[in-house]
Amino acid sequence: MTAVLAIDGAAAPPRANGELVFAEPWESRAFGMAVTLAEAGLFTWDEFRDSLVARIAAWEADHAPGEEYRYYRCWLAALEDRVVAAGALDAVAVAARSAQLAERPAGHDHADGDDHGHGHGHGHGH
Amino acid sequence: MSAAPADRLSPVLRTEALEQLLVERELIDPAVMDTFIKTYEQDVGPLNGAKVVARAWTDPEYRAWLLRDGTAAIRDMGFGGPQGEHMVVLEQTDEVHHVVVCTLCSCYPWPVLGLPPSWYKDPAYRAGMVRTPRRVLREMGLDVPEGKNIQVWDSSSEVRYLVLPRRPAGTEDLDAEALAALVTRDAMVGVAEVAAP
Repeated sequence: MTAVLAIDGAAAPPRANGELVFAEPWESRAFGMAVTLAEAGLFTWDEFRDSLVARIAAWEADHAPGEEYRYYRCWLAALEDRVVAAGALDAVAVAARSAQLAERPAGHDHADGDDHGHGHGHGHGH
Repeated sequence: MSAAPADRLSPVLRTEALEQLLVERELIDPAVMDTFIKTYEQDVGPLNGAKVVARAWTDPEYRAWLLRDGTAAIRDMGFGGPQGEHMVVLEQTDEVHHVVVCTLCSCYPWPVLGLPPSWYKDPAYRAGMVRTPRRVLREMGLDVPEGKNIQVWDSSSEVRYLVLPRRPAGTEDLDAEALAALVTRDAMVGVAEVAAP
């Protein structure tokens, strides 16, 4: 915990609005989807929060020894839970599309199978 | 990267897949989503809360209103939106030190503080602040005297908390703008005090 605090604690200037809010670009997309869908009424924020609490509790109850806690992984899982529960998408479709994206040839613009994300996510709907 | 079992796929791919599908089904307007992200990445941050605190320090009527109806008084400054619908403001005193946590997830008053810092989301902070607040505060650099009562506020309902720190001595000549520059995010969560300039 001390190490975490050292990076982002008292030393972080309070008005640094340019402070890195998201560690990786995909986190900002997951954040944006949840907020947008809640505003649009696909689910309520309370419902999303319930799913987030459940996902965090599940991670805390059962994770590999030494595995780093990643808040936005829980957030993404909660988002998928809510989208599926709302009947908007089914889990198979998301998994299938993910697998399809994973198979893009190397050298493709967006062939980022690792955690090198990018700041947009639309326009691939072909 | 070859195809992996669904739950092992990287969050990068899952996020991209989810967004593509939601946009294709017109459940998400990318322009609306981009605006939300940009707002919380670039515009909304602890400076908003600092302005609220500085006004409360310099305007007794505003301070009374803020403590009575935090939501309305904060909205009066132009700060509202998601996670700010039910604001409660906690005033630090010589007798009581308030500190805010969200044990179950990471609820946080976005309109006045922006999105939470990583330590606020950390399981060590969330669990430790409830069990041994004095020790966690000391680890974060704040010594609360033994005789002083510590109140830990868990954001477990729809309420979001903002801590109104004590105004440091020697700042009588400063105006609200100069005072706002002293107020830190950590002081508004209750893990620090505001230092004199």
